[in-house]
Amino acid sequence: MRGVHATARIRAREDGRGGTSLPVLESDGPLALRRTRGDQGEARVMLVGAMSGPLGGDRFAVEASVERGARLRLGSAAATIALPGQLKDEARYDVRIDVADGGELHWLPEPLISAKGSDLHVTTRVDLAPGARLVLREEQVLGRAGEEPGRLRSRLVVRVGGRVTLDQELACGPGAPGGWDGPAVLAGRRAVGQLVVVRPEFAERPVSARVLADSATLVPLAGPAALVTAVAKDGLRLRRVLDEALNFLA
Amino acid sequence: MTRAALLVLADGRFPAGGHAHSGGAEEAVEAGRITDAASLEDFCRGRLHTAGLVAAALAAAAAAGVAPGELEAAADARTPSPALRVAARKLGRQLMRAARATWPSDELAAVAREFPKGAHQPVVLGLTARAAGLGPEDAAYCAAYESVSGAATAVVRLLSLDPFEATAVLARLAPELDRVVDRAVTAGMAVLAEGVDALPSASAPLLEIGAEVHAAWPVRLFAS
Repeated sequence: MRGVHATARIRAREDGRGGTSLPVLESDGPLALRRTRGDQGEARVMLVGAMSGPLGGDRFAVEASVERGARLRLGSAAATIALPGQLKDEARYDVRIDVADGGELHWLPEPLISAKGSDLHVTTRVDLAPGARLVLREEQVLGRAGEEPGRLRSRLVVRVGGRVTLDQELACGPGAPGGWDGPAVLAGRRAVGQLVVVRPEFAERPVSARVLADSATLVPLAGPAALVTAVAKDGLRLRRVLDEALNFLA
Repeated sequence: MTRAALLVLADGRFPAGGHAHSGGAEEAVEAGRITDAASLEDFCRGRLHTAGLVAAALAAAAAAGVAPGELEAAADARTPSPALRVAARKLGRQLMRAARATWPSDELAAVAREFPKGAHQPVVLGLTARAAGLGPEDAAYCAAYESVSGAATAVVRLLSLDPFEATAVLARLAPELDRVVDRAVTAGMAVLAEGVDALPSASAPLLEIGAEVHAAWPVRLFAS
């Protein structure tokens, strides 16, 4: 017996009429992709979870490729909930993104919720050409309301022109290295999120570092990118902070 | 190689400027997240497994002979807070000065020329270990221990914590420090074959956020 293995694929291409077409839009098993109404040259895609999961042993992947001059916005219909499965193995969720020069991607899925007893390893690898633009949000909520979290490991790597601009891992929940819930890491907060914004013009004019809220900062990275890091009591408060940051950067 | 060189390098009195930094403890004390020996221990444990692990792996890789330029880029990508990048380079520059006076080597001189504004402290630490005839494991031990000892010493001053209690915290963390060093050395050596992607990138959101909060204070006791 093995878990569900599924890979969804998206390819966005400039259609020559100022819009973006989607020559590849492949759903797979529980990962269903729907094209929704876009505007001003942008294609919109909604990731619709056709079942719950990932469960233990599942291997989900989403691959998105944005070609030169194309613009894609991805959202999801609901939070992804990592749940314990009948298999004791960890679940994997791997996102691979590449954006070509002049391409733009807004990757704004709903949060990932780590339910009690789950064990999920998430990786997001983003490769951007030097002239690509990106807005990427990642939110992790540790446990459903009032629930202990499961085990969650995540890694986010962003490369611009082949050069690593951001590489961050976070491990929390049972079995994570000690101190993850302590005063240096999360201090009892149950929601943690990041917003990565990459724009070529940041190379010349980086954002200024600033404290956005009680536990949120905006910083310039070593590269043409800005990062918002936030921790909050719960997912709602986290979203509010990240939305404010997104407006501030717009 | 002499084992005693490790004691010289790891000595808190080695003149490399580390005493001016609290490793994020000053902000955590002010915010009420560190209030006593127990919360200091939890702070140090979290720091050890995140920033400490990354620093130890960088130091091990540098000591193993990985090109410093690659490690610099890897360290930048793992240090989103500009306040922490500045602090790491300042400490790197101070350590470089002490290291070149203590264990003069052509390699240290070349790296000092390549990075006039300073290289990340763990990278310089690894190169210093090489110059002193020490190996990747020694470099990783120095980096991992420094990742918690500075915070513990700072909290003694910030909270008037009993120094015996602070030292007991460090002693209780020793078995975990051994495990962090094992992981760091394995990762640092893997860089030789696999590149810097093999380095851990464990992050501590509140250390990153706290460093920026701290840098914005008008008056501080510690530089970071």
